[in-house]
Amino acid sequence: MRQSTIMPGFNQTLGFTLFYLALVVLIPLSTLFVMSFKLSLASYLDTITNARVLASFRVSFGTALIAAAIASAFGFVIAWVLVRYPFPGKKLLDALIDLPFALPTAVAGIVMATIFQPSGFIGTVLQDALGVQVAYRPLGIVVALIFISIPFVVRTVEPVLEEFDASMEEAASSLGATRWQVFGKIILPNIFPSVLTGFALAFARGVGEYGSVIFIAGNLPYVSEIIPLLIITKLEQYEIEAATAIALTMLMISFVLLLAINLLNRWMRQRSGQL
Amino acid sequence: MNAIVQPATAFNNQAGQKALEDPNWVKLSLITIALGFIVLFLCLPLALVITKAFAQGWQAYWAALTEPDAQAAIRLTLWTAALTVPINTVFGVTAAWAITRFEFTGKSLLTTLIDLPFSVSPVISGVIFVLLFGAQGWFGEWLLAHDIKIIFAVPGIVLATLFITFPFVARELIPLMQEMGNEEEEAALSLGASGWTTFIKVTLPNIKWALLYGVLLCNARAMGEFGAVSVVSGHIRGITNTLPLHVETSYNEYNAVAAFAGASILAGLAIVTLVLKSALEWKQGKRL
Repeated sequence: MRQSTIMPGFNQTLGFTLFYLALVVLIPLSTLFVMSFKLSLASYLDTITNARVLASFRVSFGTALIAAAIASAFGFVIAWVLVRYPFPGKKLLDALIDLPFALPTAVAGIVMATIFQPSGFIGTVLQDALGVQVAYRPLGIVVALIFISIPFVVRTVEPVLEEFDASMEEAASSLGATRWQVFGKIILPNIFPSVLTGFALAFARGVGEYGSVIFIAGNLPYVSEIIPLLIITKLEQYEIEAATAIALTMLMISFVLLLAINLLNRWMRQRSGQL
Repeated sequence: MNAIVQPATAFNNQAGQKALEDPNWVKLSLITIALGFIVLFLCLPLALVITKAFAQGWQAYWAALTEPDAQAAIRLTLWTAALTVPINTVFGVTAAWAITRFEFTGKSLLTTLIDLPFSVSPVISGVIFVLLFGAQGWFGEWLLAHDIKIIFAVPGIVLATLFITFPFVARELIPLMQEMGNEEEEAALSLGASGWTTFIKVTLPNIKWALLYGVLLCNARAMGEFGAVSVVSGHIRGITNTLPLHVETSYNEYNAVAAFAGASILAGLAIVTLVLKSALEWKQGKRL
């Protein structure tokens, strides 16, 4: 876009944007950095290498990783079905996909805990048939995070599948490729970047998720305690420095993930030819 | 949508057809997997909220929602949304105007910074305000000396919600206004319209649906936010419990009817948001 000379309000709108951004986002976020300067490097490292803290990092990252992977598989199938197969009620199902975005996390949390607890609707079945207890175990965290993750994958894969150039498939098939070859060599390589982006978005969200997890997790230190909960616990015990150190570490990891997602997004756009 | 079916008819040879369409058993099993997942993970939770909320009948449901603590929680949630949504809407429109109507260095950095609250864990969004205004925070002593309460009080809840819902409106408007370009506005301006008139008569009609959707998402999040608010609220019944926190408190006290009655309102809000989104998509004829 060329610079417009008659468009009004540059100074005012940019000024207000920067002022409000600084006031509501940047200054509050910077406190986390400034407060952690009060910590010496040794005490910072001491805090985040504490066994309970490390365990919570393992729980948060492990469960988010597994949940994002499972959600990617199901999300891909759901996106495929919604884009490629006509069937009645499709519009309604498509709208429902956004439910985890729209449903407050506390509601998702108590619902998941109620369904999957040993006496719950699905919990009973899993307990009796497989002897698996989901709620109040790390597995419960995975289940809650799958719920949260699913729209991220479906909503990133869907538009790419919709805009997928069918002539590539036609070319392959007219050259004698089987359906599996078309899928494996034409469709999958083109769709994969979008699945990976959805995976990364779901993972980033899952690591920081709190509301939908705490009700089903059991919150047992070293076993099913997630990082956000540990931060709150430290804060409530007036261990403000420990809370700051853990929160800062998590924030830095989120920034790295954000960067990775942006790079993935660029790759995805290049691959699918849209810019 | 049916990109597969239409070109396939152009091919008369059977092999070509086969390579372009999934076999029926694949179709059926994939549809079953997708439907099964959606029913188990998305429909069942909604059904559960309703059945649990009405488990002891209408009267228990109504009593749970009209008792003073629930009423206070609903009022606080409405107030928080009423304060935060308009401010963030004004910001969203202003930011979108600055970013899409002018060229300046650091524009993509600014866009990234606006999205920042989305990538911060809700709990951290609450913690930063405790670090600023809490008893041991930056302004802690000063606030204490002047008897101003922000953390464990309503102002903290409003601030955390402002932070959390910060990007919603800007995020919906920026791609749309970028795509629109500014030819129409330039035409109006060069014909002598003032900046305000141009915005109201040219820009606003073009962006109204995206704006409405952004406001809707912003509002849904403002009313439903749990993590950030939970850190700064202190969970004082009747005073700093928002509706999601009231749901938590009731659930932890094994008061299922109260928890799910509150949850039913929030779930209703989510459904309304989804329905309006579908309506807006239908109206615009494209995905939001």
